Amino acid sequence: MGVREHILELQDVCITLNRQAIVEINRTIKAGEVLTVMGPSGSGKTSLLAYIAGFLGSAFQASGRIVIDGKDVSELPAEQRKAGLLFQDPMLFPHLSVGENLRFGIPQGDTNKQELVMCSLQEIGLAGYADRDPGTLSGGQAARVALMRLLLSRPRVVLLDEPFSKLDATLRSEIRLQVFERLRKAGLPTILVTHDAADAVAANGQVFQI
Amino acid sequence: MAAEVYNKLTMLRWASPVMLLLLAIPVGIGLLMVLLPAFGFMPAIGGYEFTLAHWRDLFGVPGIVRSILLSLLAGIVTPAIALAVVFLFMASASATGLDRWVRRFVSPLLAIPHAAAAFGLVFMIAPAGLLARLISPDLTGWDRPADLLIVNDSYGLAMIAGLVIKEIPFLLLVAITVLPQLNPAQRVSMARSLGYGPSVAWLKMVAPGLYPLMRLPLVAVIAFASANVDVALILGPTLPPTLSVRLLGWFGDPDLSMRFMAAAAALLQLGVSLLAVVSWLLGEKMVSKFYRLWVRSGNRLGGDSAIFFLGRTLLPAALVVIGGSMLALFLSSFSLSWRFPHALPASWTVQHWVDAIPGMGTPVFNTLIIAAVSTTIALVLVVGSLEFEQRSDRKQSSAMWLLYLPLLMPQVVFLFGMVVFAEFFYWQPNLWLVIFGHLLFVVPYVFLVLSEAYRRLDPHWSQLAAALGASPSKTFWRIRIPLLLAPALSAMAMGIAISASIFLPTQLLGAGRIATVTTEAIALASGGSRSTIATWALLQSLLPMLGFLVALFVPKILWRNRIGMQEG
Ligand SMILES: Nc1ncnc2c1ncn2[C@@H]1O[C@H](COP(=O)(O)OP(=O)(O)O)[C@@H](O)[C@H]1O
Ligand SMILES: [Mg+2]
Repeated sequence: MGVREHILELQDVCITLNRQAIVEINRTIKAGEVLTVMGPSGSGKTSLLAYIAGFLGSAFQASGRIVIDGKDVSELPAEQRKAGLLFQDPMLFPHLSVGENLRFGIPQGDTNKQELVMCSLQEIGLAGYADRDPGTLSGGQAARVALMRLLLSRPRVVLLDEPFSKLDATLRSEIRLQVFERLRKAGLPTILVTHDAADAVAANGQVFQI
Repeated sequence: MAAEVYNKLTMLRWASPVMLLLLAIPVGIGLLMVLLPAFGFMPAIGGYEFTLAHWRDLFGVPGIVRSILLSLLAGIVTPAIALAVVFLFMASASATGLDRWVRRFVSPLLAIPHAAAAFGLVFMIAPAGLLARLISPDLTGWDRPADLLIVNDSYGLAMIAGLVIKEIPFLLLVAITVLPQLNPAQRVSMARSLGYGPSVAWLKMVAPGLYPLMRLPLVAVIAFASANVDVALILGPTLPPTLSVRLLGWFGDPDLSMRFMAAAAALLQLGVSLLAVVSWLLGEKMVSKFYRLWVRSGNRLGGDSAIFFLGRTLLPAALVVIGGSMLALFLSSFSLSWRFPHALPASWTVQHWVDAIPGMGTPVFNTLIIAAVSTTIALVLVVGSLEFEQRSDRKQSSAMWLLYLPLLMPQVVFLFGMVVFAEFFYWQPNLWLVIFGHLLFVVPYVFLVLSEAYRRLDPHWSQLAAALGASPSKTFWRIRIPLLLAPALSAMAMGIAISASIFLPTQLLGAGRIATVTTEAIALASGGSRSTIATWALLQSLLPMLGFLVALFVPKILWRNRIGMQEG
């Protein structure tokens, strides 16, 4: 995979709920950088990510532009924005095998899908797991598969919604390290939503407080 | 994104309007077309002017008041008993795994057609039925069937019993489906920490929230019970029968001028069903006053063990009756000789089934075709409208209640009008008309079963798929459909079961010329031999049962290696 540098700009983004602005943000996130968003529960962190990814609920109004690599994507449907997502749970599709989960996001044009899946399983130490039921993976394994699935879909930006909050302490720092390292290597601008100050420190980038 | 995405949704956008129009218009036309002949206007058979004469004829018919009262009684007593049994059971089962266990049984029980359950009940409780045989002659001293009018009793009690055992599974399913919204476990444990007994806690904390969510289904039960034809034909009184049965008789009378009085009777039936609903709502006001007093009394334990006992006996008893009825049918359909006080046949035979085979072809074929086509159309419409709701992120339209219109109206009334309408244009009764009639009842049930599951599916799955670059249609086929396969199959099974068991739409819109298993079985009610009736009633239950088995086992087999897909 050749690394392309991506850049995410949030220009005068303002999200309103019941005529009340809940989030206002104006930032640029360069390739490999992580913007940490912090704020109390219910303050609109998830809504900000939903707006960027392209599925803000109809209860909200939003203005401003989301610009990825110089192009305004604010009007594009979610599947064309290429914003990779990680949630609290790894959310591996329960009806697909581990390999099929990885395959799901690989862009249409790729001919060597099978090979890609095998290589990436090897990379995360899960060689031979392609046919496994995702329900049988441990928390750490599932988290790594979810990250790999995201990377294989070749996103241009990455949005993380409290992705480490359900992991126990030891696993947490390990996975966190892996995630940031890979995202940085892939040159992806990232937004991280978290409650944990340690996450912000590890992210080692700008912090935005709602 | 609005404009571009929206254009792609145009096809889906039509699903719900089409569905609503498909259901509401025929019902509306049906009602209108009853109105005109009821007041004398039906040029096709020589009614050119408006008159009240047919109403005078109607009220001059001997025993008409009794027929009206019978319908009214069934309409009010049936939902009252069924609701009480269901609530008592749920109170006694609160905070146990019992409701999960019952949920498994409920759908297959719902699949048993009304007519089959009614026949089964006859074979169970009649003087020569299974029950009498089990306790005779030891307890009763009968060595021949007693000369008692248990079935077809003149107060309609057997009919009400038949309706109750079929409505209990329905109300139970509705209650279990909507219950999670109320957080019952939390409410009950909160009350229990204040010292309430578990059953009392459920009745005081959960039931008042649950009841309003069940009001609409209850109205459907009232409409059905007060105007049903199939159960009344089998179990109901005969001298005189209920209003619905009589009006059907007049409608089918070879003397076409009887049509006018039949139309007036249909309108009267609408009034009677409406009166039953209004009485129910008034009764609800009164009961709720006393209920609130009881809730506020602060009495924490009083009656808890009685409620527990009733809840744990009544509903299982009803299930046992259904099971016993099916057993009685089974025994009869294979019995060669079965003299009275014997509990089991003395000798067995498959001859009744063999004899039935030559006559099965057409009805079974028709039943399957009608069920398959109407269920497929219903699934496409329902999934289309739910998918549009999802993709456009809209709230459910307030017009959606129109969907349930065919269930809230007495069937016999608007179906009657639809036949008049079809005759108006000289449409011959045909399969398509019958399929259309079935659609009116299949769509609401398919929607009922599928919509909750569709809306409850975690939106994160679709968001994730889109973020991974999947188009809405890829997300639909590869993610949403597989994740919803189990409820979709249940909805399909429900659609097939409803279609395979309904009688009136086939009978009226097919003008008796399109035979299904159900119409054949009911035709046997007068004059068929016991074993033939039993054979056909079983056959009638077999087809829907098959659908539910498929719905139960296909996901189990398909997802046997997927832990995350078990127990949906
Ligand atoms: N679909 C919705 N409709 C209306 N309000 C919503 C919806 N989703 C979330 N909210 C409200 O929007 C606010 C922000 O929610 P969210 O972005 O999830 O907060 P956070 O992620 O910071 O906890 C909250 O007050 C929440 O109640
Ligand atoms: Mg959040």
